[in-house]
Amino acid sequence: MDTATRTYAPGEYPDEKPPIGQSGFLHWVYTNLFSSPFNIILTLLTGYFLYKIVPPAFNWLFVDAVFVADSREHCRELNSGACWGFIGKRFGQFTYGFYPHELRWRVNLTFLLFIAAVLPILWGNMPKRREMLWFSALFPFIGIWLLCGGFGLEPVETSKWGGFMLTMVIGVTGIAVSLPLGILLALGRQSDLHIIRWVCTGFIEFIRGVPLITLLFVASTMLNYFLPPGSNFDLLLRVLIMVVLFSAAYLAEVVRGGLQAIPKGQVEAADAMGLKYWQSMRLVVLPQALKISIPGIVNTFIGLFKDSTLVVIIGLLDPLGIGRASLSDTKWQGLSTEVYVFIALFFFICCFSMSRYSIYLEKKLHTGHRED
Amino acid sequence: MSQTTEFQGPPRQSFSIGKIWTDKRTRGLVIQLMATIAICAVILYLGNNVVENFQKLGKPFGFGFLQQESNYDINQTLIEYNSQSTHLRAAVVGILNTLLVAVCGIILASILGFILGVLRLSPNWLVNKLAYCYIEFMRNVPVLVHILLVHGILVHSLPKPKQAIEFADSFFLTNRGFFVPSPVTQPLFWVVIAAFVFGLIYAFWYRRNARIKQAATGEQSPVFWVMLGAIIGLPVLVFFLTGMPINWDVPELKGFNFKGGMALKPEFLSLWLALSLYTAAFIAEIVRAGIEAVNKGQTEAALALGLPRRRTLNLVVIPQALRVIIPPLNSQYLNITKNSSLAIAIGYMDIVATIGGITLNQTGREMECMLIVLGLYLFFSLTISSIMNWYNKRLALVER
Repeated sequence: MDTATRTYAPGEYPDEKPPIGQSGFLHWVYTNLFSSPFNIILTLLTGYFLYKIVPPAFNWLFVDAVFVADSREHCRELNSGACWGFIGKRFGQFTYGFYPHELRWRVNLTFLLFIAAVLPILWGNMPKRREMLWFSALFPFIGIWLLCGGFGLEPVETSKWGGFMLTMVIGVTGIAVSLPLGILLALGRQSDLHIIRWVCTGFIEFIRGVPLITLLFVASTMLNYFLPPGSNFDLLLRVLIMVVLFSAAYLAEVVRGGLQAIPKGQVEAADAMGLKYWQSMRLVVLPQALKISIPGIVNTFIGLFKDSTLVVIIGLLDPLGIGRASLSDTKWQGLSTEVYVFIALFFFICCFSMSRYSIYLEKKLHTGHRED
Repeated sequence: MSQTTEFQGPPRQSFSIGKIWTDKRTRGLVIQLMATIAICAVILYLGNNVVENFQKLGKPFGFGFLQQESNYDINQTLIEYNSQSTHLRAAVVGILNTLLVAVCGIILASILGFILGVLRLSPNWLVNKLAYCYIEFMRNVPVLVHILLVHGILVHSLPKPKQAIEFADSFFLTNRGFFVPSPVTQPLFWVVIAAFVFGLIYAFWYRRNARIKQAATGEQSPVFWVMLGAIIGLPVLVFFLTGMPINWDVPELKGFNFKGGMALKPEFLSLWLALSLYTAAFIAEIVRAGIEAVNKGQTEAALALGLPRRRTLNLVVIPQALRVIIPPLNSQYLNITKNSSLAIAIGYMDIVATIGGITLNQTGREMECMLIVLGLYLFFSLTISSIMNWYNKRLALVER
């Protein structure tokens, strides 16, 4: 057969293996870990560091840990590692705070409904999404009714709320209310109307210039001065207002970045089409601006969720508050590391999944020309 | 009368109430007018409430209470302070403590952040992934939890002073703090300081001349080595020539605690470490993004022009990366300053804990104390951001 016209059908000859050292595990190890003398030193040092850190930490967390115990002394008798028995005993408090025991089903139900309400918002291809979105719009009212009580349910004061439930309430309310407010503030800051622009700019710069904790102090100590004498309203509500205002100011700056990135031609084109201001914003500018500011928006949400821990300083019982209260129990004193590691884990799971979702959303909405 | 048609110009717009809203310009004016009225009304209403509340409580408004005796102690102070000092002095101590932890935090966070950011770009898989895990863990956990965790570990897991962890017989790590020797200067030490100042001035003078010379003749001078010698070498030389005019006050165990030396209290240490470790994760991401933002073609072009590797880095890559890095870095520095207010959770006496905490509770002047605290933070924030904006403007691309 003539070699020049020879053809190969797939599978006719077995594929040759690539040369050794050009692919596979060894090649990967060589290029990623030992490609140069400097890299070899770096790898060895890091390996030694990990060897020193990881096994003891793993032992402390799991192998030597005590999962069921009655007191710290009991833990120490059983083993030398972390004392998780404490968390187990207080798990109810960590989740619900001092919400009455027999009414906790209401919190659980609210949480399930919350998931049902959030799914259609997050999941674009969900079947029957339109109908479900109506439920999402109704959810805030149902949630407030279930948690606070009234109208046939036994009322529960907000001072009894606490634990992860409180974190979720602050986080979810803050996110839901601050996004529209932040968009309005950003539009106001970009507005042609001078007074509106000055007011929005002043508000944003003031809020961004002071720490959240001072605003919370204002809410807990100073706000009463601004209300008609004798009136008083719920501390949690005051805190929520401050958290919303705080994250709205940060969101406004993120959205403003997005708005500034939209070419002026877009607005002019919308004007030429005869769209009114709000129409052009709603249909042309904001969809594009929000799309490019998604990473920033989600980062602000994550920040808000993390900042909800600060309410412990003005005496609300979020997980940190519950943790600190339990640590003052003489039976469990000195277990602060376990408590804070547990709380850190909760926040890590929530915030990390939020940031993963934002990456997914960014990819999904990336409809423009790809650079690569 | 002959009927002549006069030219009347464009049809005159007849006035009607509806026009006010349909015309874009008048509508804008109306909206602004309404907004102004609404804002004034709200301010008047709130102001009225404040006045009424003050009258009802029988409290005067004023800052005279700052001159009263404070009656409380502060465990870490940079200036002379005791419980007989005034509230004003307590406020100053608080401000200095805030600044101390903010400046220390900014320095440590920048160093760690730049190292981590570079490690994150390393081709070494292990190092890269380790930095990634660190950054993700730090970023996704609230800074308050970090602060409390570090504080808990320092207070509960470190040994008591009697079993202190020693380094070179002069550094002691205990659950009461980190004790380090403090320098005690002798009279001749001012000569060393003078040498340092002289070296600094000479170094910058030399650099300026070297630049002028290079612009004129193209000759390069060993700027780096001369500056190093003048700023560091000269003072060190003078230090040894004058017979090392400095003594170390080494901490010693006396009774239940260490005496002498300088003590970094666990509150300060934990706040400083937690803030720096937390913010370093954010800075690392900023640095990584900044370096990745510099097109690879820039490095290749510089190398093709014959620039050596170090000059490529110094003259081409770093200036462009800095332009991307500075604005977000600025907001991280602001964040450290603002997050330092969490000190109150662990009892480090910063401005919020002194004037916004104990003074507020003792005197009951919520309004005045909170106004002072808010005003100070606004001042800090505006100062830092204007310095960084000035620096940013200097680096910014000069466009046509």
